[in-house]
Amino acid sequence: MAENREFFYRRLHSLLGVIPVGLFLMQHLVVNYFSTYGPEAFNAAAHFMESLPLRLLLEIVVIYLPLLFHAIYGVYIAFTASPNSFKFGYFRNWMFVLQRITGIITLIFVVWHVWETRLANAIYGTEINFDLMSTILSEPFMFWFYIVGVISTVFHFANGLWSFFVTWGLTVTPRSQVIMTYITIGVFAIFTYMGISSLIAFVSGS
Amino acid sequence: MAEETKTVRLIIQRQDSPDSQSYEEEFEIPYRRNMNVISALMELRRNPVNAKGEPTTPVHWEMGCLEEVCGACSMNINGKPRQSCTALVDQLEQPIRLKPMDTFPVIRDLAVDRSRMFDSLKKVKAWTPIDGTHDLGPGEKMPETKRQWAYELSKCMTCGVCLEACPNVNSKSNFIGPAALSQVRLHNSTPNGSMHKAERMDAVTGDGGLQNCGNSQNCVQACPKGIPLTTSIAALNREATVNSFRNFFGSDQQV
Repeated sequence: MAENREFFYRRLHSLLGVIPVGLFLMQHLVVNYFSTYGPEAFNAAAHFMESLPLRLLLEIVVIYLPLLFHAIYGVYIAFTASPNSFKFGYFRNWMFVLQRITGIITLIFVVWHVWETRLANAIYGTEINFDLMSTILSEPFMFWFYIVGVISTVFHFANGLWSFFVTWGLTVTPRSQVIMTYITIGVFAIFTYMGISSLIAFVSGS
Repeated sequence: MAEETKTVRLIIQRQDSPDSQSYEEEFEIPYRRNMNVISALMELRRNPVNAKGEPTTPVHWEMGCLEEVCGACSMNINGKPRQSCTALVDQLEQPIRLKPMDTFPVIRDLAVDRSRMFDSLKKVKAWTPIDGTHDLGPGEKMPETKRQWAYELSKCMTCGVCLEACPNVNSKSNFIGPAALSQVRLHNSTPNGSMHKAERMDAVTGDGGLQNCGNSQNCVQACPKGIPLTTSIAALNREATVNSFRNFFGSDQQV
């Protein structure tokens, strides 16, 4: 495998983006959606996740390590491209550019989000609950920052899922790739709806 | 006749040597019926005078077959990479802007050095060995339907348009580009060529290989020969997936 590093890293990057990071993202958005049922429902759901056994180990193995690799290698990938979608304005080429732009936006958003809602808890013992999110999101700038961050993250996941299917040779024919485009648009729509509803619920529902 | 006074305007990006600065020069030449970009360039060679009426050096470019099968005359014509032999003046907006393909080093004016493509073909062993120390005999027959399918892949003329269109082929990466990948699929699929499949798959998953594809799918849109480049890439991806699992978990047998 030594002479095949690049192939291995690229495939690992593609895999980790979906499993486990993508799966975690979907789970995260589902749990957040409890905010639309009210503060108690959200706090109960968040508390359930917080009290999972081996929480720190789960976080490290399922989230931190895969996410770190995906992010660092992804920045390298993004900056070795020379985007040309103004010259070649095809749909997939725009998706290619957006995948790289949303990757960078998502990285900035996730770093901030992890600091605010996880490291603050680990370092200062800030309690993570409905009220914390309401306070953060009551500031208009942060609300829009979160809106952009959520849309960007879900786009990056949905479009990355499409590439995942090509990269691993699951969708080979143009027809299957088109159908996968529709499916991933559906994934994007559903999770964007869930993410934005949750954010709105935090600011309006308390 | 009105036709005699009609002219064709060209704006050409020129460069005197590989290391010198490029500059633009404008030309105005008499229109003739059914002109293509090459016949316009030939007119400049016959009478190398620019639009200001100053004598200049004739514009240099490469050409071979003049019927879109050799790939030598590729250049950016009004912003799109294509062959200048099949770029008809009547179908182009004027002034016609000619630029060399910027993925490749310029030799002079519109002529570029496509060596990186030929090096890639060598790297991935995009050929079928038919000679040995002894006569290998005739190859196995191919089903006609498969031959027809493989023929489409064999239309590649190494023209460089897919590399020019690919955002991941640039000076920051050593990606070999779609053309060579599709050739691997072609040679892997023929009865004689498939005997060297393992070597090609090794090369294609090596440095600068298959994994550098970012799925922008510009190549398949840009290819003048309509080669299903992205299908070839996805098919190789599947093969590489199967191979890597088999090599890791399965057997040491090379196929």
